[in-house]
Order: sequence, then structure tokens, then C-alpha cells
Amino acid sequence: MKNEERHLRAVDKLTELAADIYTQLDERKIPKMSIPLRTKSNIRFDRRSGVWKYGRATGVRSAKKLTGAQMLLRTMYMLEFMEEMIRNNKSSTLREMYYISEGWDKAKFSAQDESNMLAEDLEIITTCMREDFKLRPEEDGARVIGNITIQETDRKGKKKKINCRDDVGDSGYGIPYNVEREKITFVDCDADFIVAIETGGMFDRLVENRFDEDHNAVLVHLKGQPARSTRRFIKRVNEEMKLPVCVFVDGDPWSFRIHASLAYGAIKTAHLSEYLATPTAEYIGITASDILNYDLPTDKLNDRDIQALNAEKTDPRFSDQFWKHEIDLMLEIGKKAEQQALAKYGLDFVTDTYLPEKLTELGIMK
Amino acid sequence: MASIAHELAKKQKEISVSEFFEKNKHILGFDSLTRALITAVKESVDNSLDACEDAGILPEVFVQVTKEDNNEYRVIVEDNGPGIVKKQVPNVFGRLLYGSRFHTRAQRRGQQGIGVSAVVMYAQITTGRPAKVKSKISDEDVAHECELVMDTKKNRSQTVREDFVIWDKEHGTRLEVNLKGKYVQGKQSIFEYLKGVAIVNPHAKITFIPPDGGTIVFERATEEMPPPTREVKPHPEGVELGELLNMAKYTEAKKMTSFLNTEFSRISLRVAREILDIAEISHDQRPSRMTLDQAGNIIEAVNKVKIMSPETDCLSPIGEGLIRKSLKNVLGETRASFYAPPITREPKVFGGNPFVVEVGIVYGGQLNKEDPVQIYRFANRVPLMYQQGACATTQGIENVDWRRYGLEQRGGKGIPYGPAIILVHVASTKIPFTSESKEAVANVPEIREEIELALKACARKLKTHLNKAERKSKTRVKFEIVQDIIPMIAQKSAKIVGKPVPDIAGTITKIMNVVWVEDEVTYDKKKHHVSVKLYNYTPKTQKLHVHMVIPFDKVDEKSLAIAPSEVRDGTKVSWDIKKIASTEVFELAFDLKGVNRGEYDDNEVFVSGIDPASIIGADILPGDWDLEHITITEDKAEEASENGEIDYDEGAEVIDDEE
Repeated sequence: MKNEERHLRAVDKLTELAADIYTQLDERKIPKMSIPLRTKSNIRFDRRSGVWKYGRATGVRSAKKLTGAQMLLRTMYMLEFMEEMIRNNKSSTLREMYYISEGWDKAKFSAQDESNMLAEDLEIITTCMREDFKLRPEEDGARVIGNITIQETDRKGKKKKINCRDDVGDSGYGIPYNVEREKITFVDCDADFIVAIETGGMFDRLVENRFDEDHNAVLVHLKGQPARSTRRFIKRVNEEMKLPVCVFVDGDPWSFRIHASLAYGAIKTAHLSEYLATPTAEYIGITASDILNYDLPTDKLNDRDIQALNAEKTDPRFSDQFWKHEIDLMLEIGKKAEQQALAKYGLDFVTDTYLPEKLTELGIMK
Repeated sequence: MASIAHELAKKQKEISVSEFFEKNKHILGFDSLTRALITAVKESVDNSLDACEDAGILPEVFVQVTKEDNNEYRVIVEDNGPGIVKKQVPNVFGRLLYGSRFHTRAQRRGQQGIGVSAVVMYAQITTGRPAKVKSKISDEDVAHECELVMDTKKNRSQTVREDFVIWDKEHGTRLEVNLKGKYVQGKQSIFEYLKGVAIVNPHAKITFIPPDGGTIVFERATEEMPPPTREVKPHPEGVELGELLNMAKYTEAKKMTSFLNTEFSRISLRVAREILDIAEISHDQRPSRMTLDQAGNIIEAVNKVKIMSPETDCLSPIGEGLIRKSLKNVLGETRASFYAPPITREPKVFGGNPFVVEVGIVYGGQLNKEDPVQIYRFANRVPLMYQQGACATTQGIENVDWRRYGLEQRGGKGIPYGPAIILVHVASTKIPFTSESKEAVANVPEIREEIELALKACARKLKTHLNKAERKSKTRVKFEIVQDIIPMIAQKSAKIVGKPVPDIAGTITKIMNVVWVEDEVTYDKKKHHVSVKLYNYTPKTQKLHVHMVIPFDKVDEKSLAIAPSEVRDGTKVSWDIKKIASTEVFELAFDLKGVNRGEYDDNEVFVSGIDPASIIGADILPGDWDLEHITITEDKAEEASENGEIDYDEGAEVIDDEE
């Protein structure tokens, strides 16, 4: 679908939504709206796509309660704002949209999280994407280094070929917020696999140790929980350039979730899992077993960590043998470790020993 | 208390008073530099207030503390009391244990006559400077001013300089002393002490100039003097052995019968004889010959004889109305949201001494929610600053389960947390203190029980208020939905779809489905304006009865548009509201004239003749109002979520993988 069409479809969908509320009021009902529940108990594995999506459970946002009434009012304001943007061919960042709400009286958001969440709610209800509503995220600065050549259409409409190893500085190629075909195409690639890395420190270590060159790897810095564009970028490289993906993260419950959102689909954005998740991505981050096997320096699990691990025990995405074992083991030893803890054995240990061992085991490296 | 004084009196010849003073600094309240300064102010102010009250003068006390040198401060306390005749000045200020109320039983601030002369002595010991006293009595044209030096060996003072001066004041006394001390701010400070004094002495005006400048004025909250306290003789129950022996020694009575009859209350000659018979003492024996054994026998005998309870009308509690007024007056800057109606208990008796307990609670406003509550303790209108933990008032507070009354308290014991100030005042002809420093009320079972009862009674009023506030905030939320949010949703959705704004009355009555009562009192131009609005947010026309507790004789007739259907006892007023159409508002309004500001802060609104489930904002008329048309009283059950729908916005689960 062309951009123009997408926007027109979005306007139709948004108007439908307003019409629904209008009709309910006109029929003397208490206005309400049904939305699929965005909870871990309502995500289901989709066999066809291999990722986790929302199930059939829905919740109701009703004007009977204050929060519900407020959210419905905000929805109305947001609809009006989006329609205006589409009509005037403007766009705004999520943050700008939050500030726009300053002038919305009772519909004002009290935090940006709220406006982001509502934008996602609207994606789910209308089956559009926020880009269709002319909303975009902030540039988040995730970067790539490796022998892959990209053609990017720059802001002036000029097409530029960029090799992500030779044409960039040491900080790599910055992933833009829009990584769709109209913006980016993949021209060429001489690499065997992608390593997605949680921390900047480890990314730089691998770059300095020339892991990309020595092992024909594309390195992607995730910057913690990866943005949509980073996940989408990885998925496209995986599908279009047929590169296997490995996720190299810290050994703690939060890093397990980074992997889950990249490989299985995030709970918060499960409506987009098919579009964002890379189901074949492999976990090569630190595990509880690694902590014991490599005798790594550790930190004690804090209360929040323990809570998070226990929550993962009832998260369907972590219900396989591997995760069950590692989560239980981590709770048992009560410890976590950062990926940079590998430096205990020297700066080259990670590139000379740890990664080759893990990758060979998975059959990615021969 | 009395016993230590006597001991001191006996030893006066043997040791010098200053030696005694040095040894007993802690008892007299001069054990640290900080405390010495507070004690100096405290004793002088107590003295001034007592003097004014004895003379029936509304007190006006001026306190100034200036810094002279490193640790040296000058304390000036001036009052508008009756003044002191010239020849008595050296006795009052320069002689320990000289006082008119030594031995008496009356509710007084100072009880042992050590107070102000101890200040003079402490000043002299620490700085070597004489005290300066100026006093004027209304009979004379000029004031008498003198400087006093204490001869600590003889317990006498010498006047080193004296003069007659012009003083632009009808009568009064001014004391200036220099002493070693340390000026601090905070919980235990002169400011807090004077604030406390102002609270429990609403008839006093107090001005304070602290060393760092500025003037703080506590205006009086009432022009009325507290009723004068009467001296009463000790009640025989609870008299101690030593006390009895001393009284026998100093009495002017010649025989035991008249001794008992004249020196004690509630002992008639007949009772006196009965006691002496049981104690096997001759009726005619000279009291001064009484032996220790005999005294013991008398105390035992007293318990076997039927004696009337002590008189209780000699006490002067502050009173419920004045406590509230005074708290508002002094604590105005905290903008507290609620001053619970204070409680003054009926007088009770412990060990032959009458006492009365009073409690007040201040809640909300700018008081800190996270901190333990503030406790203001008072004994005989004197703020207690030290030894909070040892005090029966504190222990009483710790023993109440405040969770039931809307304050936080771990495990239902200990000092509660929350935005509150709790005031406890114990008044008695003889306050039992834990020690001679008079800073904590002893844990006497009778007093503890009264303290707890008073606290609970006042706390119940706090809880009632909090319940009402909570109900109101719940209603306010619904009101916001139907008054503000739904109309905006209607407007916006209409604009987006390009249609006329829909009628939302139907939606509103479905969301609310109640009659909503909103009441308000405002005070303006010496009138209380009362308004009760009834919003019919149900789909049907409604009728109901409204009942209020108001002083009906104060209602301005011109302002009352709707005549009540019934007025009972002059305060219980009922109206029949015959018809309120769906989504209409009905207002019942009137003015009260001649009611003091602050005496009508809250409306008590009740309704009847309507299903309790369809009313918010007012209580259903309680059964004790006893009207015939009341039948239904059960509470509205919390509405269950409709059709088992899950509320999308109120899920507890965190859905973000990052968190």
C-alpha cells in the first residue's frame, strides 16, 4: 500500500471510532470501547508466523469510571489531532504529541507513557501503525557495524549507498526511525550472522577486537530494550539477507526480556510481533549456567530482579525447557552477571573464547 | 513536691541555698544551657499569668530575649499584672520557696514557689549580674525599680539600687535578668513554649521578640477570663504520711478533731471523731504531738470511713469551645482542614485529688503526612516540653489503636503517623508528675483511663469527618465525569463525525443513577450561608425528605424560601421536597444570623423517603432521630463490575517488557 493510501485508510478508521462513541451517546448508552488485553496472560503463540500475538481476551474502556472516561476523551482529542496532521501533511514525534496535549484541558496527559500507550491502543483497534497516524518516535541512535551495504534515501530524496563497515566511523551506521523499503534497501552483504548486543561497552569491545572482520559478523547495538526500528531492521536483514541472528546480552531477568521482545514479540507491542520479531534469533547472552561454568564475577539479585524472574516463570514466552532451567537456576544461585564480567579473563576472552564457543555450539560458526 | 520543699526548708540552715541549687539543677530545669533559657522564660511567664489571673486581669505578656555575649542572654518578661508592693519585691524574686500558694490545693501553674526566684538565682550564679525588677501597682503614680542580689547563704536578697521611675503603664511588673544559656529553634524552644501557652491560655496576649529579631504576636482568642480557680483543702483520701505529719505540725488547731475538720475537705466533726476512734487517738490530743504510728493509723482509718468524694468544681478546664477557637487562632498557618470538636471530660478523682482531661485534634492542611503526629501536652495550662515518652498523655496516645480512626500506626500501637496534632490537657489541684522537674504526668491509672477515653471520643469525631470527606471525593469524581468529561466527549465526537452534539442526559443518568447531594457553608458579612443542592441524576422524577441539624432560631426568615415541614427541639429541621425532575437541580438555601464564625463549619444533612442506594453525599437519617417515615437504612453495596467485563485501564499487570 502506498503512503497516501495508508493515511487515508487511517482517517477512515479513526472516524469510525469516533462515530461509534457518538452513536452510543446518541442511543443514551454509557460510551465504551473494547480493546484486546495487553497482558502476558493474553498472548498466544502463532504457529504460522512463529511469534507471540495477542489472544482473544478483551478489556473494556468505559466512561463509567474516571480513568476510562478520561481515556475516551483523550482518544477523541487524539483522533482529531491525527486527522488534522494527515490533512495538513504534517507529522509529529511522540514527545511532541505529548506536549500538544497541554492544550487539551481535561484530556491532558500526565506523562508521556500515557500518550505512547494510547497511540498503541489506537494501532491495535484500527490495525493501523502509528506511522500511518503521522506519529514517529525519537531517533534512538542504535548503530550497526559490519560488511553490509545499505541504500538509504536521505531527507533531500537523494539515494546514498553506505557500507556499514567501510563508509562509517567507529560508532557505526545509525539506524533511522523509518527502516521501511521507501527509506532503506539492502544492496549487498558479505557476512555470516548478526550479533545484537545489549550494551555499548560490549559493542565497542567487539569493534575494537575486530570481531566483525575476523568472523564475518554484523554487529548491532541494541541500546537496552530495542526500539521498534532496531527490531524491524534486524528482522529485515534476517529475512532479506538470510543472516542468522544471535542476541548477546547481560545475564539478568531484564536481558532475558530484551531477547524475548526481539525473538518472540514484546507483550506491549504483540499486535506488531509479526512485523517486528525475529523468531529464529538465538540467545547467546550470559546464562545462570555460564555464571557457574565460567565462574563469572556477579552481583546479588535484588528484590526487583527476583520479582521479575518469578513473573517470567508464568510468562508463556519463557515456558520452554531452556528458559525454565535457566530462570530456576538463577533464582537458586541468587546471582546475576553483566556481559562485561567476561573481562575477568582478559579483554580478548569474549572474542577469542566465549563467543566462538557459543556460536560453534549453535552451528552458526564452524 | 511538697515533701522536697520541706526537706529543703529543713536543711536551709545547714547548707547554702546555692549549694542546693547546684546539686538540683536538673530538678529546677537548669541542667543544660538550652533548657536554662527556656526555663527562665517559662517560670517568669507562669508567674505573670498567675498574677494576672489572681487579679482578674486579661494577661498581656511581653517576652524579649536578646543576645548579650557568647553564651549570655538577656531575658525580659513584662506583664500587665497587678504589680507587687515595694517591700514584697525582694521576697518574690529573691527568696526561694517564698510564695503565697505553697501548701494550697488549687489548679495553679506554679506550685512550689521555687520558680521565678530560681531564675534570678541561676542568672546571678552564671553571670554575676543582679536582676532588675520594675513594678507598678495601680494605686501609685510611679513605678518602683530595683536591682536585686541574692545572698545565697541566708536565702535573702539585698536591694543594691532602687529608684522611682515614670512608667507608662497602669500596673504591671517587668523582670530583666542576664543569664548563661543557648537559644535554639525547633520542637523544644521558647517559641514552641509560648505557642503552647497561647493555645491553652486563649485569654492571654503574648508578644515575643526573639534574639534574631522580628516580633511574634499571639493575639488572644477570647476576651473572657477563665473562671477563677478556688483553693480547696486536701481530701483525706490520698494524703501521704509525711504530708499529714507536716500539716499537723503547722496547724493552728488545738485538738485533733478540729485539725481534721478544718484542714481537710469533706471531714465533718462527726467523721473526724469516727476516724479518731478507729485510729485509737484521743479527740483532744494536740495535733503537733501526733506520732508517726498515729499518722499511719489515721490514713488507714480514712479508708474505712465513708467520706464524700472531693469537690470537683474547683477546676478550670479550658472548655471545648475555647480549645477549638484557640487552636484555630494559634495554628492558623498550618491551614488544617479539620479541627475536631474537642472533648472536655467530666471531672474525676485520683487519690483525693480532682482532675479533668481535655483533648483536641487538628488534622490535614499543611501538616506532614509522613511524620509522626505532633503531640501538645499540657498540665494546668502549662506546656510540657520535655520527657514526652515518660508522660501518661503520650502513653495514652500510644495505647489507642489509631488505625480505626484514620491514622497510620504500625501494629496498632505507638505514636501514630499522619497529618495531625493531638492536644492533651490535664488539669488538677495536684498534678502527679513523674519527677520534680514537672515535665511528665505520672501514669496514674485513673488519669490514664480518662486520657484514653477522651482521645477515643475525639478520634471518633475525626473518623466521622474523614469518612465524609472520602464519600465526597468519590462523588466529586463521578461529578467530574458527567459534568465535564462526557459533554466534552459528546462535542469532540460530534465534530469529528460532522453531526450535531448529541443529548447526553440519558448517558449521564445511566452513569450516576443517584440523587447527588452537595452541601456547603460560607461565611460572609456576619452570616453563614447554607446551601444544599440536590441533583437528580436518575432517569425518574424523585421526591424525598431532607433533614438538618441547625439552630433554627438563628435562621434568617427572609432567606428561607422553603418552609420546613417540621422543627423538633429547635434544632432538628425537616423539609419535604416534592418533586425533582430527572437531570434537574433543586437548591435548599438559607442564612444563619448571630452565630459566631467557626461555630457552624459543617452541615449535618440527612435524607429519608428515598432508596439509600440512590443517594450520594448525604447520610440516611439515623434511627435515633426517630421519625416515622424512616424504614430503609442498609448501606449501598459496592457495585460489582458489570457483566464480568474486565476494566482495560485498571489492570494491575505491568505490560512493559522494560519494567
